[in-house]
Amino acid sequence: MSKDIKIKDHITLFNDERFSEMFDRKRELYENAATKEEVAKTLEWTLGEEYKDLNFKREHLVINPLKSCQPLGALYAAIGIDDTMPYVHGSQGCAAYFRSHFCRHFKEPFPAVSDSMTEDAAVFGGHNNMYVGLDNVYKLYKPGMVAICTSCMSEVIGDDLNNFVKNAKEQGKIPADFPTAYAHTPSFVGSHINGYDNMMLSLVSQIGEKTGEVKDRINVILGFDTYIGNFREIKRILGLFGVDYILISDPSYNLDSPTDGHYKMFNGGTKLEDLKDAPNSKATLLLQKYSTAKTREYMEKEWGHPVKVVNPFGIKGSDDLMMAIAELTGKEIPTEIENERGRFIDAIGDSYFWVHGKSFSLNADPDYAIGLTRFVMELGGDIKHVLLTNGSKDWEAEIKGILAEYPQGKDAEVYANKDMWHFRSLLATDPSDFIIGNTFAKYLMRDTGIPLIRIGFPLFDRQFLHRYPTIGYMGGLNLLNWIVNTILDETDRKTMYTTSYDVIR
Amino acid sequence: MSTIDKKQAEEFIESVITQYEEKTYKDRKTHIEVVEPGQEKCAVKSNRKSRPGVITMRGCAYAGAKGVVWGPIKDIINVSHGPVGCGQYSWSSRRNYYNGTTGVDSFGTMQFTSDFQEKDIVFGGDAMLRELLREANQLFPLNRGLSVLSECPIGLIGDDIEAVSREISKEIGKPVIPCRCEGFRGVSQSLGHHIANDTIRDWIYEKDLEGQKFEKGPYDVALIGDYNIGGDIWSSRKILEDMGLNLVAQSTGDSTFSELANVAQAKVVLIHCYRSMNYISRYIEEKYNVPWLEFNFFGPTQIIKSMRKIAEMFDDKIKEKTEKVIAEKYQPYFDKIVSKFKPRLEGKKAMLFVGGLRPRHTMPAFHDLGVEIMLTGYEFAHGDDYQRTLEYVNETTIIVDDMSEFEMDNFLEKYKPDLFGSGIKEKYQTQKSGIPFRQMHSWDYSGPYHGVEGFAVFARDMDMAINGSVWKNIKAPWKA
Repeated sequence: MSKDIKIKDHITLFNDERFSEMFDRKRELYENAATKEEVAKTLEWTLGEEYKDLNFKREHLVINPLKSCQPLGALYAAIGIDDTMPYVHGSQGCAAYFRSHFCRHFKEPFPAVSDSMTEDAAVFGGHNNMYVGLDNVYKLYKPGMVAICTSCMSEVIGDDLNNFVKNAKEQGKIPADFPTAYAHTPSFVGSHINGYDNMMLSLVSQIGEKTGEVKDRINVILGFDTYIGNFREIKRILGLFGVDYILISDPSYNLDSPTDGHYKMFNGGTKLEDLKDAPNSKATLLLQKYSTAKTREYMEKEWGHPVKVVNPFGIKGSDDLMMAIAELTGKEIPTEIENERGRFIDAIGDSYFWVHGKSFSLNADPDYAIGLTRFVMELGGDIKHVLLTNGSKDWEAEIKGILAEYPQGKDAEVYANKDMWHFRSLLATDPSDFIIGNTFAKYLMRDTGIPLIRIGFPLFDRQFLHRYPTIGYMGGLNLLNWIVNTILDETDRKTMYTTSYDVIR
Repeated sequence: MSTIDKKQAEEFIESVITQYEEKTYKDRKTHIEVVEPGQEKCAVKSNRKSRPGVITMRGCAYAGAKGVVWGPIKDIINVSHGPVGCGQYSWSSRRNYYNGTTGVDSFGTMQFTSDFQEKDIVFGGDAMLRELLREANQLFPLNRGLSVLSECPIGLIGDDIEAVSREISKEIGKPVIPCRCEGFRGVSQSLGHHIANDTIRDWIYEKDLEGQKFEKGPYDVALIGDYNIGGDIWSSRKILEDMGLNLVAQSTGDSTFSELANVAQAKVVLIHCYRSMNYISRYIEEKYNVPWLEFNFFGPTQIIKSMRKIAEMFDDKIKEKTEKVIAEKYQPYFDKIVSKFKPRLEGKKAMLFVGGLRPRHTMPAFHDLGVEIMLTGYEFAHGDDYQRTLEYVNETTIIVDDMSEFEMDNFLEKYKPDLFGSGIKEKYQTQKSGIPFRQMHSWDYSGPYHGVEGFAVFARDMDMAINGSVWKNIKAPWKA
């Protein structure tokens, strides 16, 4: 037998000397590169106090932000409705980017069409694109509904979705009774969480039909929550309560479909008839606040039923969730849930001493930032920096209030509208022991040496994390697992060649 | 023997596209052709608008200009000018590798954006852009230049990014390059490549900007149109160096502003991705009288053929060196790789749908491993690309331009290939169908695939995909 040939890919190949020599030669002779000394000096400067001041003086340039644009969130709300085709009215590149972004996070297909507006549409408007687009969508993919949002181009030229859809129906491109929801989602206003809110508002207001009858049932909306496990977890919890409910937008079908040899574009989600009937539920429970603000306002005003918001993370958050369900439905909290709470507390009791006294810096979307911050403090962890790009004044006031409730929050600094380059300066000059953040925070880990606990969106560089729940007691167990075991991995790495490299921890 | 029967395939295609609305049907009919080996003309229409509502796989001009041409140049700051999304979705997603210290002398995996707000749409963004470029230059003093890459709103609101760029360039003494690559321009990424090439022409060569001075020699070459996905350009560079050639510039993978300027200083410009950079090579030939040559570094057959073709441009010393390295190093290595993987891949059938080059360039690498190509097509090719594809056709092949997801679904269902090579948006639905998949834009987080080492990785990965055990477990045993 001949010896098997060893194949090196990019992970090790370019460490070979023949390549490193080549790189050095290129740098020296052709790149007009700065000297090694200049680079080292500049690097040190970028990690210092002087640079931090300069960095925080920046008013216009945004570097490595923690937000995406509105239509992305709109598509996410739409993909949770059964048999519904998300539709982007604008340039086709937008749809390609949204789909790629979601595919990279969920490792799932993400169908969405664009009506491919080009120069001529800039001059004449995008109505013809929409007529042909709706015609094709209806004929080819046979959806039960189309959920339309806009991207920059159609917003800047001022296309009127209401009119276009009406005309498309009058021209017979789609049947007059074909359900359509449409939301204006300009990318230059707010972020993806506002796009989610705008599409959710369109779904409930344009499809929902209030009859006056009040049904013994609640609505639940999770918000821009990209942990698919949460949709199954809330259904399980509501099942234990024995509650009748409508989960408005449930992407756990379309974004976690089985591989069985047959691709299906539409796999399930909130049924159209349920969406229609949602206004007739007796109450609505929202599990995010900042991605549902307009929707909440509409429901309170137009539906006139109680709308309750909870932030369902950690001990207090999960307690709030269970009590809210009990309050809105009049049901007792089931023994099984009480046992789950007990197990969650048990797990925290076993492990919190690895977290207590360590310091954490966080980045996330507003609702997650609040939940994670409070949970870390419940474990005894100190909060150093909480930094968002898409935070608001309300959010800032709320999180400051929560930080003030815990001794672990007394030294925390809060930034509602900064980016990850600001974060780099903060962590370099005033480091915490750990960072909690999304995939892009790995660049902070590289630049500051602070280990990263991956929680958030997007998560491109790890598999499966989005499949787990993060809400409720059982979701809390996953958060605890990621936090505590990353700390333990790090402890092992640090102690590997010392006597503290313990087998039992 | 070809798996595809021309007449049957044509009937099948007709049955699929008749389901479109009328105008779309008429349009799509001209974008698909079943071709035979030896055929001289390809009639496929290309570089036309995608029909609304079909789920095209295409992106936009911004994606072509930022993601492909400007994005990989490591020592300049590429500002995505407009709302936050475009820059965010294209952030670090193309795997254009580079050596350097990110945030200090290199900026490839950073997202710089002007994060346009409503007030900027209303009042214009020029004043803000001016300040923003100053801030960037101040915070990153080792940058060698900046580019302004326009997103859709910029062109619609009538900002004058050229004037701002000129002004700031003068002020900071560095090139500032405005690139009007708004996503609504043109029909695909392709116009973005062209626009980006034109900005290189107008703002670098036409201004006679210079790179680092170097000692010139008879074997100086430049390598362009390689974006260093997973290290591609590095393994390509190795081959050229082994041939005795001297690479004075590469673009735009792991490239620098200096190298970009120095491309015109080479004796020969070697171009890998013809589609995205042929514009600049034609221009350089015209202005500087430097010839250019297309080559293909995918798989043994084409690597060796290309090496000889390149060597022909030089003297006997290079030719001899080339033959020596082929005979002593490359051929024996290729033989080993082929003998390991060909028995595992012989007779397998693949479909490809990629960007503007790989749908044809990778075909011979598959053939070297005994894999048949049933279908291939491009997101954003032009007529000359389809013509060039015929050279590589070994069996009856379906050629599709701008394939919609609807067509893709039908082709996969009908022909059930052993492998489909396409992009991230296509990956997961293909796998749901039980068909092995490799991303052929990003090399599916692997690579390099170019060059000698790259072929080994390519062969390993295709075997890993096609023969992955999981694909034998799709059906539950209790389901017949």
